[in-house]
Amino acid sequence: MDFALLAEQTLNGIQLGILLFLLAAGLTLVFGIMDFVNLAHGSFYMLGAFLFATFFNWTGSFVLGILLGLPATLLLGMVTEIVCLRTLYQRDHLDQVLATFGLILFFNQLVQVVWPLDGVAVPMPAYLDGAVNIGLGIDYPVYRIMIILSGLAVALGLYFVVVHTRLGMLIRAGASNRTMAGALGVDIKLLFSCVFGLGAALAGLAGMLITPIISATSGMGEQILVLALVVIVIGGIGSIRGAFVAAIIAGLIDTLGRSFLDVVLLVVLPPNAAEAAGPALSSMMIYILMAGVLFFRPQGLFPPIRRS
Amino acid sequence: MGLKHIVGIASVLTLATAPALAAEPIKIGFVTTLTTGAAVIGKDQQNAVNLAIEHMGGKMGGRDVKVIFGDDEFNPQKGKQKTEKLVKRDKVDIVAGYIWSHVLMASAKTVLDSGKILISANAGPSALAGKRCNKNFFNISWQNDQTTMAMGEVLNRRGIKTLYIIAPNYAAGKNMVSGVERTFKGKIVGKDMTKWPTQIDWAAEFTKVKSVNPDAVFTFYPGKHGGAFIKQYQQAGLSGRVPLYSAYTIDSIGLPKMQKAGLKGVLGTYMTQQWAPDMKNAQNQRFVADFKAKYGTYPSFYASQAYDSMFFIKSAVDAVGGNISDTDGMRAALEKADFPSVRGKLSMGKNHFPVQNFYLRKVEKDADGVWTTKIKDVVLANHVDPYAKDCKM
Repeated sequence: MDFALLAEQTLNGIQLGILLFLLAAGLTLVFGIMDFVNLAHGSFYMLGAFLFATFFNWTGSFVLGILLGLPATLLLGMVTEIVCLRTLYQRDHLDQVLATFGLILFFNQLVQVVWPLDGVAVPMPAYLDGAVNIGLGIDYPVYRIMIILSGLAVALGLYFVVVHTRLGMLIRAGASNRTMAGALGVDIKLLFSCVFGLGAALAGLAGMLITPIISATSGMGEQILVLALVVIVIGGIGSIRGAFVAAIIAGLIDTLGRSFLDVVLLVVLPPNAAEAAGPALSSMMIYILMAGVLFFRPQGLFPPIRRS
Repeated sequence: MGLKHIVGIASVLTLATAPALAAEPIKIGFVTTLTTGAAVIGKDQQNAVNLAIEHMGGKMGGRDVKVIFGDDEFNPQKGKQKTEKLVKRDKVDIVAGYIWSHVLMASAKTVLDSGKILISANAGPSALAGKRCNKNFFNISWQNDQTTMAMGEVLNRRGIKTLYIIAPNYAAGKNMVSGVERTFKGKIVGKDMTKWPTQIDWAAEFTKVKSVNPDAVFTFYPGKHGGAFIKQYQQAGLSGRVPLYSAYTIDSIGLPKMQKAGLKGVLGTYMTQQWAPDMKNAQNQRFVADFKAKYGTYPSFYASQAYDSMFFIKSAVDAVGGNISDTDGMRAALEKADFPSVRGKLSMGKNHFPVQNFYLRKVEKDADGVWTTKIKDVVLANHVDPYAKDCKM
């Protein structure tokens, strides 16, 4: 286990964390600000991937694919919020879970009707293909570096919007005390639609960034949604900062667990047992972390301050 | 009173018209995956089944055939539910299909407890080949270990000394890996068993491969995972640097997409399998030509086995003259495996798994420039799976 290997795996972990953050940011905003459980959040990850793949294959440009895909996902998110979800805010969480679970089934079938059954693949753009030497003798794929950098840029942008803009102030006000914000004249309905659309677009962006690596397929959202839920629970529901830190931690733990756990287990277990326990344990690691956080700090690592 | 009479008359009439009952269609339940990302495999099987029924003129043993498809949704619980529906509600005469080992393991008991015959058209888990073999269970594909035992042989012959294995952590994945480990004589320098089916990004595993730098990588990822694996293998810069050997990862479903995406790294890679589209026998040539004409692509191995399963059933129904309730007669006929297989001649082992050849296949372009796989060599001849000896039957 040399240093270069550890460094490269750390980068892999951060890259996974960045994707999780994009997904978790929207989820935590919607959950924290609107008190709304949205299981269909993964569907926007999937829809973003499909829309991007379609625009990419249509225009032949990766950048245009993203630029067209983002507003399309944003719009889809807002329309979904206005048409299906708005009436559910006053209902209890179980009703919301039921309705948004229905949306998952709907969207999964929808993409199978609209797009080919086995999904849509996009080529890796030539200028993002290949690997560059980033020191320590590590050749790291350009595309994955791009994911990390664009994710960090989005995180910074989101920080700026939430902390330094009027919209961000309204979002924070809504998160702290919905009723009071409404009483002070904030159009809560419009604000919620915007937040929901923003969350959908962020999830969509994560889907777009992963598409050149894994292709867009029906049902891809559920696989990652579970991880995103774990991230917002660890980070503290409603906290963007918590989502960011927790996503990076989850990405690192998952990747480093997959990479080194079998080696570590060999120290304490006989080879056969280590071989069997390694994969099982590494896929459980972040759930164990979540259980630990829930036990010692049930409100999450960075819970938002509530005034009610 | 009146109602009772009518029921009475109706039942007498039914008895009197027993020969007319023979004209009732034979009902075959076929469980496969028709939704989720894996649906494309199920569709391929469904197409092959429909083509097989068409090729036999819609009849087995002089009776019409009706195939009822069940969608397992790539999920063991759902597969079991669909199997129960086929057996109890649709009252099918025989159950076939099953792509996934974990789905088959969850569903087998339902069929076998009902006394009906179960035929796997793909999944070949070790348990059903060995200790838990059953007189009414037949497999018409292969036992999971066999294809990769052939792969281990290939690696030995090609002088591979160090091997890195990446495979999913579920029943079939474990069987595939144990198959390679049985025959490969070199050193296994790394082994990653990934979470199935959720893990679809192998950045961490490929980084490890690069740091270990083995002579070859062996992998098993069926369905859409296969395409993603090959894609990332090339993106990680491993294509051409570390030779890739695979089983059930590159198939006729994925190859057209890989060709479209320009994943040249897949050309020239090797795999082992019991069948290939270029096998020269009348049954196979008719199957491949008509499949391509009707559906526009090469059939996958999943399709070839689904096609075989229908002719396999037909041979038994013909043998009992359409009297499908004669389970003993059906079983005796199935044990003979006297049907035209697209693999040429094969026989049934005592554990009801095929005894057959395994071939080395290479990804190449065909005469029209379409990417396909071609047979290069026989690796294992008339091979009996390693679990047959544990089967007391």
